[in-house]
Amino acid sequence: MLDKKQLKKEQIIQAALELFASKGFYSTTIPDIALSLKMSVGNMYNYFKSKDVLAIEIIKYISAYLGEKLKEINEEEISTKEKTRRIVEMYFKTASLKPEMIDYFLRIYLSNREVFKESCEGMLCVNEFVTEIMIYFEEGVKCGDLREQDFFSAFGLFMGYLGGMVFLKGENILPNDLNDYVDDISFNIYKTLSTE
Amino acid sequence: MKKKMRVLWLSAIACNGNTHSFLNYPYMEQFLDDFEFIYHPVIDSEYSLEDIVSKEIACDILLIEGAISKEFKRADVSVVEIIEKYSKIVKKIVTVGTCATFGGIFRESGYEETSGLHFDQEEPLKTHQDLLDKTISVSGCPVHPEVLVNTLYAIKKSVALKLDNFLRPKEFYAYTVHNGCTRNEYFEYKVDNHRFGELEGCMFYDHGCQAPFTHGSCNKILWNEVNSKTRAGLPCMGCTEPAFPRQNLFSTKKNMAIPENLPVGVGKRVYLTLAGISKAFKIDRLEKKLFDD
Repeated sequence: MLDKKQLKKEQIIQAALELFASKGFYSTTIPDIALSLKMSVGNMYNYFKSKDVLAIEIIKYISAYLGEKLKEINEEEISTKEKTRRIVEMYFKTASLKPEMIDYFLRIYLSNREVFKESCEGMLCVNEFVTEIMIYFEEGVKCGDLREQDFFSAFGLFMGYLGGMVFLKGENILPNDLNDYVDDISFNIYKTLSTE
Repeated sequence: MKKKMRVLWLSAIACNGNTHSFLNYPYMEQFLDDFEFIYHPVIDSEYSLEDIVSKEIACDILLIEGAISKEFKRADVSVVEIIEKYSKIVKKIVTVGTCATFGGIFRESGYEETSGLHFDQEEPLKTHQDLLDKTISVSGCPVHPEVLVNTLYAIKKSVALKLDNFLRPKEFYAYTVHNGCTRNEYFEYKVDNHRFGELEGCMFYDHGCQAPFTHGSCNKILWNEVNSKTRAGLPCMGCTEPAFPRQNLFSTKKNMAIPENLPVGVGKRVYLTLAGISKAFKIDRLEKKLFDD
């Protein structure tokens, strides 16, 4: 029973993500989302009590999704250099296959803090994702591959860079496919963060 | 006259810190009514050190203070020989303090094969295996006087003390020093901003406090019955643990913001998840001085 409800929730999240990406966050209403799933508006409210609640659930869903992918990479017995490449690949792959997901993170979550300020203080709603990035950094420093520095200096460099590239892609400014940049970007990030 | 337990206090490579600590035991008269030292380096006793090494004096408990090396002699006899002689006749052996238990600070000097009686830091030694059943470790730099005295009373009363993997009585070492620390609220919400000696802030995050991963009763059985390091505003230095003394005791070793040593038994992911949640709190009360007038 629970699984069925969870599945439905995920369908709603996916439909909402697509509508937010095409119509914009503020122009999309709960009835729009219900309509796209052929659900009644009343039934929608059984799953999410308001658009703000849905918005918060979506960012948690994305954080958990990316966190899980990162965890798989973190748990592999590979060098920090290889992990760096795998993270870049994973992020760009997600941006290509599920552009609405990264789009939501960059354009809605980071740009509409008023929606998230009540329940998402600090990094509460992106905890899984940030935790895995922290573990990537911590293990890299511990084994001597990465240079010890302030967490946010490193985090900003890594995620800001990736986010910036996906943003450029979304604006149709990038001449090539995101995948074509994996080598250079992995090299740049690792070279900047490493002790070498 | 009631029979007192006869105790030999043997100093190996030691600074006598445990003796100083022991002299602060508040009920010494009562103690000396129940125990007598056949020899103690600073307390008047019936026999001299020469008597102890040249004869075999009847004795119930052997207390060893200080790190052990067979090269190190007392009254021209190797301490290892003295230990071996008396260990045969006593009921129990107690390694008093971290040096006698793990090697401690004197092990760091690089003096020939210096270690504790049964452990070289956390490594169990192959020597003196036959004494394992008799030994109780009360580590600490120095040992808390009540921990030592209560252990001796347990021996006197034939109480079977449950011991941990380092032969330390669980009664005193099953707890972490974090247990009972008055700064727990600051720990919970990740507020460090401490200044040494002041009442506010948890010292785990930046100031090197080892209490969450150090076994001991410092915040349960207070020192001089009034205080502890962490209560007074100084980080716990982990003095009861095999790796004592570590380096940089006043700063927390971190790898990109994550403390290298986490609270005992707490996994990294769980710690970070919890830390992420705690960080989201911004509690003005904990950011201010307790007395701001």
